[in-house]
Amino acid sequence: MSDDCLHCNGLSRSRLLHKAIAEAGRGLPAIEPGMPMPAGTGLSRRRFLAHGLGAALAVYGASRLGLSAFEEGIAAAASGAPQKVLVSVFLEGGADGMSVLSPQGDPLYKKLRPTLALSGGTPLAEDGRLFWHPATSGIAQLYGEHKVTVMPAIGYTHPDQSHFTSRHYWEVGATSTQLNTGWLGRYLDAVGTLDNPLQGVSFDDSLAPTLATAKVPVAAITAPDQYDFGSNRVWGEVEERMLEAFGLFGGQATDPALHTAGNVAVQVDRLRRQLLPFRSADGTSGIQSPVTYPKSSDPFPSKLAGLAAMLAANLPMRVVALSAPGEYDTHSNEPGALAQGLQLTSDSLLAFQRDLEARGIADRVLVHVWSEFGRRAQENGSAGTDHGAAGTGFLIGTRVKGQMIGEFPGLQSGLDDDGNLVETADFRAVYAALLEQWLGVDAGRVIPGASAFQRPGLIA
Amino acid sequence: MSGVAAYRGHFGSVQAERLLWRAGFGPRANEADELAKLGLDDAVHSLVYPGREKFVGPQPHDDKGRPLAPYDAWGQDHIWWLDRMVRTSRPLVERMTLVWHDWFATSNQGVGSQRLMINQNDLFREHGLGSFHELLNRVTEDPAMLLWLNGTDNSRYSPNENYGREMMELFTLGAGRGYTELDVRQNARALTGFRNDWKPNVGDVNFRFDTKYHDPGTKTIFHKTGKFTWKDSCRLCVTHPDHPSFFVQKLWSYFVPTAPDAATARSLQQLYVQGKYEIRPVVSAILRHPALYEGPRMVKSPVLYTAGLLRRLGRPIDTTAWTWLDSMAGQQLFYPPNVGGWDDTRWLDTATWRGRWWIAQYALDPYALDPGKAKQPDDAQKLVHDAIGFWREPPLGVRTLNALQTFTRNAVADAKGQKWKQQQYPPMIQNGLRHLIAVSPEFQAA
Repeated sequence: MSDDCLHCNGLSRSRLLHKAIAEAGRGLPAIEPGMPMPAGTGLSRRRFLAHGLGAALAVYGASRLGLSAFEEGIAAAASGAPQKVLVSVFLEGGADGMSVLSPQGDPLYKKLRPTLALSGGTPLAEDGRLFWHPATSGIAQLYGEHKVTVMPAIGYTHPDQSHFTSRHYWEVGATSTQLNTGWLGRYLDAVGTLDNPLQGVSFDDSLAPTLATAKVPVAAITAPDQYDFGSNRVWGEVEERMLEAFGLFGGQATDPALHTAGNVAVQVDRLRRQLLPFRSADGTSGIQSPVTYPKSSDPFPSKLAGLAAMLAANLPMRVVALSAPGEYDTHSNEPGALAQGLQLTSDSLLAFQRDLEARGIADRVLVHVWSEFGRRAQENGSAGTDHGAAGTGFLIGTRVKGQMIGEFPGLQSGLDDDGNLVETADFRAVYAALLEQWLGVDAGRVIPGASAFQRPGLIA
Repeated sequence: MSGVAAYRGHFGSVQAERLLWRAGFGPRANEADELAKLGLDDAVHSLVYPGREKFVGPQPHDDKGRPLAPYDAWGQDHIWWLDRMVRTSRPLVERMTLVWHDWFATSNQGVGSQRLMINQNDLFREHGLGSFHELLNRVTEDPAMLLWLNGTDNSRYSPNENYGREMMELFTLGAGRGYTELDVRQNARALTGFRNDWKPNVGDVNFRFDTKYHDPGTKTIFHKTGKFTWKDSCRLCVTHPDHPSFFVQKLWSYFVPTAPDAATARSLQQLYVQGKYEIRPVVSAILRHPALYEGPRMVKSPVLYTAGLLRRLGRPIDTTAWTWLDSMAGQQLFYPPNVGGWDDTRWLDTATWRGRWWIAQYALDPYALDPGKAKQPDDAQKLVHDAIGFWREPPLGVRTLNALQTFTRNAVADAKGQKWKQQQYPPMIQNGLRHLIAVSPEFQAA
């Protein structure tokens, strides 16, 4: 019955409010273990694998395999040739494409954006009408090096302006509310293994729906070193015995809520034991980056620094998901909020790219930056913009072609009846091209109706 | 009567306890037994018509014994409400307040005023069991909501459709159900006219409706045409044919984890419409429905978990630590993650479970036995028995009992042969057992 409610047309709470998350995560156990940033200092890679990541994984799905099996799987996979990696970076809230790349050369721009219109800056080499937002100077710099492919009006036909619905479409790789696995999750189901959770890693507090699988395990890892437990006036041997005990709460229970609570306790127990070696008394980080990342209270740059270190250790990762910092649902006071988020995102991605280059692994990593929709061409009266349709996206990496996918349709004829930008590229076509040209799998196995989409050429 | 099925099985303290968890924040010492004596119908009646608030127990205070400052001190808004949950004589009223806080999820992140947030909270408290139509009216002109979804940014000169959209998508109809993008825009026009001022050092003040900013023109919403205002917006949404099904299914989901069967959903919708959108009769019917008593458990939210522990222990609010502890477990009051509210399907994961571990640790702190002084039996069986007694005999499953016994047996065995251990380990074991029970699956779900 509870299964039905997530799929019926009636609106259960989870369906309604968190459709994307709830559906994409359905059928998977609740979020599992957390994280070791590679506390790799002074550890050999083998030890790093044995005591670090393999151990501390958040394991989704396929949980009948014990952790040791995962460790072996990771070790086996890591001994193979390095895989291509796709890093998905989500700008949550619907980023304003017309500010990220402002069409200053379009005569209607200033009319539609009387207070928000940007002026000056660096023009986009491929389309002189478009100018980079000053806060995206990092991405613009990489674009100048031919390491960025721009998608100036990416979306889908019959756009949905609900955050929850549109985001779900992008996450599952189809304009369907019925799918409950992410498009990268289905890619892993097609090519992944049953014993390597590192193949899909969500750098977040919980699993990114984009990575939700039906069969193979994937992981979520957050911050590393503070996974501690204690009790009142219980110490020494007795405390050890006590902490050993809660792993026994788990097991098959007939009641789903009790089952979940027991299983999470087991996962906590596993994670706690595996993270013990990472709890350094002095709290120092094990990550040494060859480049400087932006300083921020937001963990985004340090997550990227950790990711680069993990990739350099040749950990067997295939797809990675992160949420970008910033507020993108800019219904009011857009300029400041947008600039702040874009700046940190763009600066961090530039540092990440330089990090990969310094480590000599840039050729096997591609970053995909996306948002659930763009925003209305006409600004509202609150120095903001309401939900729109097509938006801006990027592919970043040394291997990208650096050639625009779709064009900017112009504000004269490129708006739909609602005044929203019409898409000139479909996100599913880009997904299909990424799967086939970068990840090396037939898109027909992953994207519903893939044959209908003309693949753009992505890779140089 | 209503035509909605009602539970006709035994209504003992087990059933009464479940009712207290679903309709409130769990039982105090003997509350479940007392409620059971009333029988189902009178028990539900006592929750739905609770009379005036009579707080139970001592006044709350911060760690230094000072009264709370919920309008001013960071995090004390959370503590202020948690205290009400712990001391209330009207648990369902507080629980409904929490339901509406999640339904009309407003975050102080976007409001920036604990006072306005608490005013909104009082609105939920006052109207939480009344008419949903009236509740929607009040929410629509509520200052915190006006700030949160840009209501006072929305003027005839250029509409801001943030509230107009969520009003349909999240509050009354459901995503893509019975409205179009054109309806969203026309609705935003109808909602124009709210204004407020901003004063340095004071903040947002002087919330008002100003006809000069209202779009007086003709709007067409849901195929109806008129010179609609914000009150018409509310009326049109509530009287929309797709609203009752949305309302019933969403309200139901706060009390029962499985969807209602078609007949139940239909009867509840009838009850709702015939009752002129009154909330109380629908809640009352849900609280008497067999699915609540015979169906599966629900994972407690972090705030429910915390308030429940404190009520069971009889411990008043004497620390502000609950704010960051509940935040760690995934639920800081007045800060829902977005306008969609909290995700009730995913409370538990390895990070949030750890938050609950520390909540239990803090909750038990004043009760911890001193291993240097306290006397406890060195018999494993007896220690486990006493710890379960400490929590007033909750029913625990075999796995939980096995975990408790394994811990106790091992630790008692560790103490063999050393006198100081034989003295000090048993109180430590008792402390550990109480903590383990508090984080057991049986305590995480109700």
